[in-house]
Amino acid sequence: MYLSIIFLPLIGSIFSGLFGRLLTPKGAAFFSILGISSACIISMVLFFEVGFSGSPCYIKLSPWLDCEMFDACWGFYFDSLTVSMCFTVTLISTLVHLYSTSYMSHDPHQPRFMAYLSLFTFFMLMLITADNFIQLFLGWEGVGLCSYLLINFWFTRLQANKSAIKAMVINRIGDVGLALGVFSVFIIFKTCDYSVVFSLVPYTLCSRYNLLGFEVDSLTAIGLLLFVGAIGKSAQIGLHTWLPDAMEGPTPVSALIHAATMVTAGVYLIIRCSPLYEYSAAALIVITTFGALTAFIAGTIGLVQNDLKKVIAYSTCSQLGYMIFACGLSNYSLSMFHLINHAYFKALLFLSAGSVIHALNDEQDMRRMGGLLQVLPYTYVMILIGSLALMGFPFLTGFYSKDVILEIAYAKYTFQGTFAHWLGVLSAGITAFYSFRLIYLTFINNANGFKNAIKVAYDAPIPMATPLLILCIGSIFVGYFTKDLFIGLGTPFWNNSIFISPENLIMIDAEFIPIYIKWLPIAVSLSGACLSIVILHFFRDFLFNLCTKPFGKKIYTFLSRRWLFDRLQNELIGSVILRLGYNTSYKVVDKGIIELFGPKGFVFLIIIFSKQISNLQSGLIHQYAFIMFIGIILLMTKLLLWPMLAFSMDINLYFIVLMTLMFNNYFVIKLL
Amino acid sequence: MISQTQYLFVAMVLFLIGLSGIFLNRKNIIILLMSIELMLLSINFNFIIFSVFLDDILGQLFALLILTVAAAESAIGLAILVIYYRVRGTIAIEFIDLMKG
Repeated sequence: MYLSIIFLPLIGSIFSGLFGRLLTPKGAAFFSILGISSACIISMVLFFEVGFSGSPCYIKLSPWLDCEMFDACWGFYFDSLTVSMCFTVTLISTLVHLYSTSYMSHDPHQPRFMAYLSLFTFFMLMLITADNFIQLFLGWEGVGLCSYLLINFWFTRLQANKSAIKAMVINRIGDVGLALGVFSVFIIFKTCDYSVVFSLVPYTLCSRYNLLGFEVDSLTAIGLLLFVGAIGKSAQIGLHTWLPDAMEGPTPVSALIHAATMVTAGVYLIIRCSPLYEYSAAALIVITTFGALTAFIAGTIGLVQNDLKKVIAYSTCSQLGYMIFACGLSNYSLSMFHLINHAYFKALLFLSAGSVIHALNDEQDMRRMGGLLQVLPYTYVMILIGSLALMGFPFLTGFYSKDVILEIAYAKYTFQGTFAHWLGVLSAGITAFYSFRLIYLTFINNANGFKNAIKVAYDAPIPMATPLLILCIGSIFVGYFTKDLFIGLGTPFWNNSIFISPENLIMIDAEFIPIYIKWLPIAVSLSGACLSIVILHFFRDFLFNLCTKPFGKKIYTFLSRRWLFDRLQNELIGSVILRLGYNTSYKVVDKGIIELFGPKGFVFLIIIFSKQISNLQSGLIHQYAFIMFIGIILLMTKLLLWPMLAFSMDINLYFIVLMTLMFNNYFVIKLL
Repeated sequence: MISQTQYLFVAMVLFLIGLSGIFLNRKNIIILLMSIELMLLSINFNFIIFSVFLDDILGQLFALLILTVAAAESAIGLAILVIYYRVRGTIAIEFIDLMKG
């Protein structure tokens, strides 16, 4: 049962991917949904068995890489952390599969799409159930591969190609960090097995090792390198640019990437490595700073985006920032809680956005929407609930995790804690602002869309509406029902899967902060939401003036160009590396030195030699006779005068002289 | 009294003349055949010299054998030459390079 949760999606993927042509689109969808939904049901059972009943399960399947000290097994480790991830991933994935049957019904490549989705889920499950870093890396790369395939699903679109390659390349930077981190883990601990590594962490507290020529503190270095991997995968500031571009893929993919499978991998990695991070204060500070900055910067960019999906994408980025800085403040369970909650309302938001886009004939620009309230009431309700949950409206799902995150950030009473708190509070307001901007522009504003599109627009059909309904229920109730389970004080749920060192435990401190700080996030969120509606509805002119005044325009351009991150990356890093790669490593090294001394030079040499040798065969009898004569004389010399010659000169020299005579046909011809 | 060395010297000179006739001849293939005859002759000469000096009849017998073979060989050579001339219209040695690689 434990293994079938991982392999059922794979089987479904193989069926729909390899036999999709035979099975017809409906058959392929049936098989992949069958696989993934069985996995979902099984993971519910696992959640009960492992999570509620508190019996972790450890399966050693077979050896994989076995090389002296180094051993990586196919092993699967199910503890509370894994099963709560498993449950979220499989549930969201099932709903996305279901949704795709309708959303992609017009697409001729639907079986391929379903196969990719299932494969994506399989790799994510592989990532979260791994019991060692190597297997985690396999899942990590597999998820990256599938994201490439899915973003590039409509492969004839240039923009999709570019985005997919961008996602792949930027993830690769993070992967290098992760790979170095795993290497370092092996250097320090001599194993990659979680259980061994995490139990040995306290013994390596002050150890140092040589990384790229520098003597560094091993735990901090490992923590930071693994965090580089998480930055790439979880789209933290610096390497976040692929995430909004990934919106080029079909909308269900965006939902899957953002809610369950891909971007959560980095957060999961940090949570999984909590025993490691707890002993490295420096790494935690870096994580907190990055998370807080991401939450804020992504939020501000989201404020001015006009693409429906990009707004939601930046909100994901921002929420990932929350999760990361919750980890940085040593509240891993809280981060996990936010991750799970976020999965529900983000999937809901994306799938409803997909419903809007589907209804409007693939129109994604919010400026050409508006007035959809009458046309798509069901979708409106769903997006409203999703947005309210996202901004942390009291007693919806997001409220329970987001507020607690901000509270503990305040209760940390350190520089980075306060930093994270204020940026977090600010971005809570920003989140509310852009969420309601999205709702207003899409649904409430005057209709700006094409009449023909709106005329034939219809609300989500049943296969699309059902996942929305389930996610909507999740977005409303999950936080309330699972708060005590996941982050209740002294909850036994997490067992040993999360380790928080006693010095960093601030759950209790968070209960004693001033009451106005507790109220602050809600107040900021609500006022952000109200401000958004009021400004957009009544003070449109004011907003327009603000954005066209010189100073306001500067800020607006700065934000809408995404803080110039793309430009910086392209101009400072991308083009330099490209030039280096083309001029030096391609033109000089690959096509130059290596090819000259490698295959090409060798071929050239052989051609020259064979030409010279064939020149020797001149067809002229007198030359042949001369060569024969010389040969006989040399033979005679060898036989009769050898002792004399060998005495006067090194023997090998004669051979060289002979070879020169033979091969240098110019010499021979001149001689004749 | 003429010594054996002087006789052998004559034979060697004849051989070398024949050999250089092969190398240096650029004109005519008949001269080539003649050079080969000359070389065979010098070898015959050698045989006969040694047969006389060693008082052994075998050398002279062998010289007779070589004479026959040389006659046959030059007959075949001349026949080939005639046919070759009929085909190519020349027997100049520069143009006989059909075996060129």
